[in-house]
Amino acid sequence: MASRWRLFLAASLFLAVGLCFWSLDLQWAALFAPESLRAMGRFLAEFFPLETGHAFLRKLAGASLETLAMSTLGTLLATAVAAVLCLPAARAADGRGVLWRAPARLLLNVLRSVPEIAWASLLLVAAGLGPMAGTLALALHTAGVLGRLFAEAIENAPPGPALALRVQGATAPQVLLYATVPLVAPQLLSYVLYRWENNIRVAAVLGIVGAGGLGQMLAFHLALFQMGRTGSVVAAMLVLVLLVDALSHVARRAMTRPG
Amino acid sequence: MSAGLAAAPPARRDPAWSGRLAMAIAVALVLWPLLVATEFTPWTMLDAHSLRVTGRFLGEFYPPALSAEFLELVAHATGRTIAIATCGVALALVLAIPLSLVSTAALSVSRLSGRMAPVPFAVRLCTRVLMVGLRTVPELVWALVLVRVVGLGPTSGVLAIALTYGGLLGKVYGEILESADAHAARSLLVNGSGRLAAFLHGLLPNASAELCSYTLYRWECAIRSSVILGFVGAGGLGQMMDTSVKMLAGNEVATLLLVFVGLVALADLASAAARRALRED
Repeated sequence: MASRWRLFLAASLFLAVGLCFWSLDLQWAALFAPESLRAMGRFLAEFFPLETGHAFLRKLAGASLETLAMSTLGTLLATAVAAVLCLPAARAADGRGVLWRAPARLLLNVLRSVPEIAWASLLLVAAGLGPMAGTLALALHTAGVLGRLFAEAIENAPPGPALALRVQGATAPQVLLYATVPLVAPQLLSYVLYRWENNIRVAAVLGIVGAGGLGQMLAFHLALFQMGRTGSVVAAMLVLVLLVDALSHVARRAMTRPG
Repeated sequence: MSAGLAAAPPARRDPAWSGRLAMAIAVALVLWPLLVATEFTPWTMLDAHSLRVTGRFLGEFYPPALSAEFLELVAHATGRTIAIATCGVALALVLAIPLSLVSTAALSVSRLSGRMAPVPFAVRLCTRVLMVGLRTVPELVWALVLVRVVGLGPTSGVLAIALTYGGLLGKVYGEILESADAHAARSLLVNGSGRLAAFLHGLLPNASAELCSYTLYRWECAIRSSVILGFVGAGGLGQMMDTSVKMLAGNEVATLLLVFVGLVALADLASAAARRALRED
């Protein structure tokens, strides 16, 4: 019975994937034609030599810092919002606060459902062109993601220490600060670091809609067919992503090291 | 808060107050340059002109655009966004599965007797570097390169997702295989079974649940990537959102936002169902 059910699932999965391929009418012929492969090679070759003019590099460094700042501030703001929203969203051990749970979860779901780039294009209306719109967009989406993860972490925390404090007459905020938070803090921090890694990638491309940083430079120079400069921007993106990955890896290693 | 508690009588002092205070100061020091660098001035959103524009835009959100004509467009765009994500992940699997099998140390024969031999070690290292390269380039950049070759349309989007996610999935699959219980695979290898057989009968049964659940999670991410690629011309919901916002058509934007919420709710349901099905074994 179970195996037949699984066979059915696998078959419908394959059917669905096949349907997706069929619906898109992909241009395989155009892709694998020798002529187009040559075109792609030519396009990539145009990136070199990378533009390394002094003035341009200074501008590039500025945009890289802007992207780094967008991802970091966006993640920090999101952490603050998530830390507030996860409290009503988590199922309390003693069953209190049921009234606020549904609206808090709904809010978190809405924040999470709208992709960063959609938030950014909406915020451009309110905040105008520039990195602030991108930062807020990252913060809104990430707050939804982190809020949900935080709430789940709080719900899954071992209840012993909280119970011990409550029995001693500690108030609800004291129980939260001295029992629950210390228990879940390492997990929450690793979620935050992981989202930071993700957000540096998103921050790098958000500029394509005008939200500042490297993405905006990429769109600008690509539109003007300044390929050497475009190549430098792509290289800066790669360096930035690898840098944040490495930093986050080191931070995680430091956290998990015993003692 | 920590400062307030610190001033209280010793018996009620927060035992961790110095650490918390240091943390708060460090965060403030980091935060300041970030606020400057991102031109973070939220109050500009509250000046009269900006408020008027935002207000008019938001005022149009209700009622959402629900004409049959528009809904048909939205349905078509949603299908396209999902299809691009699904095809992208399917092709990424074609890339990721062989890469992760080559790169994972759990299937190394030479490591059974001490250290890995130099040639297999070099091969594994090269595969890993290739995967880092694939996933470090944002899918949007892949798409912009591919657009020159295959023109605007879904093909460049699908391939862009396939390349980035191929690197992402390959890396994580390799890690999952290495962290799974290797006992069965090792005894198969020691007794002379082939690597593929050792993988299929020794490693895969232990790791399949985690592999599936990670793939599903990435599929959900791919839908978001597919929306992003829509903004640069791959079509689908991203492109519609771009047009509607530029025309300040609040009612259309409201409908699209509802679609995003519905899509993620559906993906949540699907992954919860899949996880339950896997747990039933």
